[in-house]
Amino acid sequence: MLGLNKKDTTILIVVAVLTMAAPFILNPFPTNSSLAQFNAGYPDLMQRFVIYGIFAIGFNILFGLTGYLSFGHAAFLGIGSYSAVWMFKLLSFNVIPAIALSIVVAGLFSVVIGYISLRRSGIYFSILTLAFAQMSFNLAYSVLSNPKFNLTNGETGLQVYGSDPQYLKGSGPDVTHIFGLEMRATETLKLGGWSFDFNVGYYLCALILLVSFYISVRIFRSPFGMMLRAVKSNQQRMNYTGLNSRPYTLAAFVISGMYAGLAGGLLAAMDPLAGAERMQWTASGEVVLMTILGGAGTLIGPVLGAGFIKYFENIFSKINDNVLHTWFAALPDGMEDFLITIVHPFVGKGWHLTLGLMFMAVVIFLPGGLVQGGQKIGRLFRRRGANAPGPEGEAARKQPAE
Amino acid sequence: MGLLEIKNVGKRFGGLKALDNVNLSVAENTVHAIIGPNGAGKSTLLNCLIGKLIPDTGSVMFDGQSVLGRKPHEINQMGISRVFQTPEIFGDLTVFENVMIPIFAKRDGAFALHALRRVLSDRDIVERTEMMLADVNMLDKRDAHAASLSRGDKRRLEMAMCLSQQPKLLLLDEPTAGMARADTNNTIDLLKEIKHKRDITMCIIEHDMHVVFSLAERITVLAQGTPLVEDSPDNIKGHPKVREAYLGEAQV
Repeated sequence: MLGLNKKDTTILIVVAVLTMAAPFILNPFPTNSSLAQFNAGYPDLMQRFVIYGIFAIGFNILFGLTGYLSFGHAAFLGIGSYSAVWMFKLLSFNVIPAIALSIVVAGLFSVVIGYISLRRSGIYFSILTLAFAQMSFNLAYSVLSNPKFNLTNGETGLQVYGSDPQYLKGSGPDVTHIFGLEMRATETLKLGGWSFDFNVGYYLCALILLVSFYISVRIFRSPFGMMLRAVKSNQQRMNYTGLNSRPYTLAAFVISGMYAGLAGGLLAAMDPLAGAERMQWTASGEVVLMTILGGAGTLIGPVLGAGFIKYFENIFSKINDNVLHTWFAALPDGMEDFLITIVHPFVGKGWHLTLGLMFMAVVIFLPGGLVQGGQKIGRLFRRRGANAPGPEGEAARKQPAE
Repeated sequence: MGLLEIKNVGKRFGGLKALDNVNLSVAENTVHAIIGPNGAGKSTLLNCLIGKLIPDTGSVMFDGQSVLGRKPHEINQMGISRVFQTPEIFGDLTVFENVMIPIFAKRDGAFALHALRRVLSDRDIVERTEMMLADVNMLDKRDAHAASLSRGDKRRLEMAMCLSQQPKLLLLDEPTAGMARADTNNTIDLLKEIKHKRDITMCIIEHDMHVVFSLAERITVLAQGTPLVEDSPDNIKGHPKVREAYLGEAQV
């Protein structure tokens, strides 16, 4: 289907079902239950899941296929956001031109940064991209925001004011919209104790994620994708085989930069504000974590990793001592205090600690990321089937590792 | 005028003269062996031919064009392929993909952005890959990861990758090093068959005299960076200077 083989079609359908049914899947607990804490089906959180999913899918095209580890991809995310907000300021709150411009501008920047950074490989490449991203951050934070020439609005962040021209606005709404349909519009479905939110912005992002994912699958299975894997495997052989690895890596860099720009544009489309902190090196590090945690070089891994990290960031960070007290209230006082003392550093503001430990565990035990974990479990089940004779067992034994 | 003309090539590494005034001509459609003791400069010479090293002096002409100053991929596109001393293959990719890549490179040039085409829908490439794998008896291993192959198979795969490009000149750097006698003989047969089937010029560096004398039509003996003699295999065997420099130790 759609030029994909059976296995890839299955993966695409899985992603489609997951994204389309996300409002249900992420809200498994009734609103009033004590576990409602773990619900993640809020519009803004779901939007972030898919937007960072797009960011990670793009990053994976560069890092997963060619092995070039960029530490500066947040720069493109930020550039995408700034471009989108400028479109809102100049044209109107329609998100289509904003998203289009964010992809184009991020693409142009990545041509320049990629052309220079890709002259080196390995750690030197990573450092060069990091340097570029930090320069971009500082430009956005201070240099490009002075009274004479205010491109980024510095610390405050770029936003839309009533005095902005918005030449094409006409009678359009005062919030971001797609041809009149407001991004923030949400339909709430109440079902018994449960409530599910269906948000326009989320579904727009989810559809774009599906298209981005489909394109990335096609790239993975194309001759171009094969050449990118050849770069990772043996660049020397590639050059002695008559292939110029430089344009291949540059193309991968620009494609992933455009994905990052798209993600940045979508962030601004959901909330028309662009700040310099979006370009900081921690943001670049985050996408690296997402990709590795999910499984670099796999199709679905980056999406999983992005969802995982964003979930932790937003849900675990909200568990404070009060919440812990209600959880352990049934226990005797001494025990309750003891447990809270132990759990305390890992939740709330300490969620980074939990994430760090988990990241270490994944990297040490599952170097292929969460996807490898899933495959291991799958194989465990299949091995049981494989003990049975017949063609099914035979097929299970032959299943190659990804 | 040979296919490959090396004139007055010299290369120094610090105080070491690796190549000193090398003159060599490889005629079209011949198998030319370069032999010599360790450190004679054989590999350095080969590296100068594929753009890995740039000689300090002299000129290297291939098919009427200079190769000096060109990038490795440009030299390959001119029609020179090389088999390395330790097989250089794409370890993470399958055997089939390993052979497809050079065929793509030959057909589409140094860069082609086919990002939305499917690899296996290209019948022309797939058929040529299958034919090449059949030629080297590796069709049954087509889906194996190249890194998991045995050393002998890796060499055969690398040779298939080079031959699939139908190069004008094939450079072989010790193609049988580390092989058992049976595998060595298989490789000799394979190379003879290739030579028989198509017009190809080969330049072989080899230590194993059995291989050299079964294949070569012309032999150059290199010692301390300079060609000692160049002659037919029969004359080389009895040449006193060669015995003294090289063959004497090998007891051929």
